[in-house]
Amino acid sequence: MVPYRRVPAGVHPPEDPAYRSTVLRHPLQPLVEIPQTISEITGPSYPYDVIGPVDNDLTRQHPTAPIGERIVVEGRVLDDNGQPLPRALVEIWQANACGRYAHEVDRHDAPLDPNFTGTGRTITDDEGRYRFVTIKPGHYPWGNHYNAWRPAHIHFSVLGPGFLTRLVTQMYFPGDPLQPLDPIFNSVRDSEVRQRMVSSFDIGLTIPDWALGFRWDIVLRGREATPALA
Amino acid sequence: MAGITPSQTLGPYFGILLRGRAKCRQVRDGARGTRIVLEGRVLDGAGAGINDALIETWQADADGRYQHAEDCRPGTADPDFNGFGWAHTGQTGEFRFETIKPGPVPSPGPGIQAPHIVVSVMARGILTRFITRIYFEDEGANAGDPILTLVPEARRDTLIARRAGDHVYAFDIVMQGPRETVFFDV
Repeated sequence: MVPYRRVPAGVHPPEDPAYRSTVLRHPLQPLVEIPQTISEITGPSYPYDVIGPVDNDLTRQHPTAPIGERIVVEGRVLDDNGQPLPRALVEIWQANACGRYAHEVDRHDAPLDPNFTGTGRTITDDEGRYRFVTIKPGHYPWGNHYNAWRPAHIHFSVLGPGFLTRLVTQMYFPGDPLQPLDPIFNSVRDSEVRQRMVSSFDIGLTIPDWALGFRWDIVLRGREATPALA
Repeated sequence: MAGITPSQTLGPYFGILLRGRAKCRQVRDGARGTRIVLEGRVLDGAGAGINDALIETWQADADGRYQHAEDCRPGTADPDFNGFGWAHTGQTGEFRFETIKPGPVPSPGPGIQAPHIVVSVMARGILTRFITRIYFEDEGANAGDPILTLVPEARRDTLIARRAGDHVYAFDIVMQGPRETVFFDV
């Protein structure tokens, strides 16, 4: 079995006192380094056959279209060798156009949209591509500090080829003025690395008279050597 | 080489995603092996339950086989068992998995790995995923397990599930403090 390369320091964010909830939740002891075994190189998959035809179109999951700016989000799931990863499960969840989640814990004083659940899932194709149609999520306040607002974002969950490629992250939108103020976004210290979480507006993905397109590739850890070379 | 996408927190609202998923069901009628219940809580550094954590598990079947293309030993994994479990913690940080006691699996070196389950812990307030393992207290093979041996002896017991009843094992995940669970860099 070809092992996965270690993730370079500075990619996945450490605990961050600016994001207050991390203070009691991030471990304080150093991680114990262990070799990769069959238990970590293998990994879970999802029953792909239960994914329905509108699961990747969040604007068609109810009888009426949701309120808000319709967008297309498309990209590829790759490993860091640049190899596309087919058959990856990509799931998203997000706030509605007003910045409210369809979740009982969310008490933000903004309307719910009965035509928007805000969740989707799909499987990458042979070229590692995924595609969602959705609504541009609104900004919303949170209790982290005085006048704290989250930049617009879509939560992404990716189940790649093995246990070690599991990734949960957030996709941001270009040019959002809240990004420099957000402790979660800035928990990734290196600005080049941080920009990997920001999608690009893409006129090629934009559908005339219908929806703006945003492109975002997701890169998971790759192998020490690609299997073809091993 | 493309740069790896950084991890971000799950936030508090991932429950809406799980509602739309197929139900997490690991054991079907006909699954081989011993059915067990694995239950515990996820606790923060103040000892409070974390009620918005996502626990994911991955394990071999009763014969120590993984349902995955890279387990290329002869034979096949149990078609009535799914090694992938997930749970959103409840109000007091509690979680519960109905599964099968895994068999021992090959080690990268000589010997075998004792029966174990690999675990991901994610939550609001956790920016990245933390990886740990669950071993079982009634397994003699723990003493020679190549991964447990790498853990400082005083902390090994944070990785051992205790018998809490007939076929019930208890395992708490403690994010911080004197009983902090061992997390791995893999």
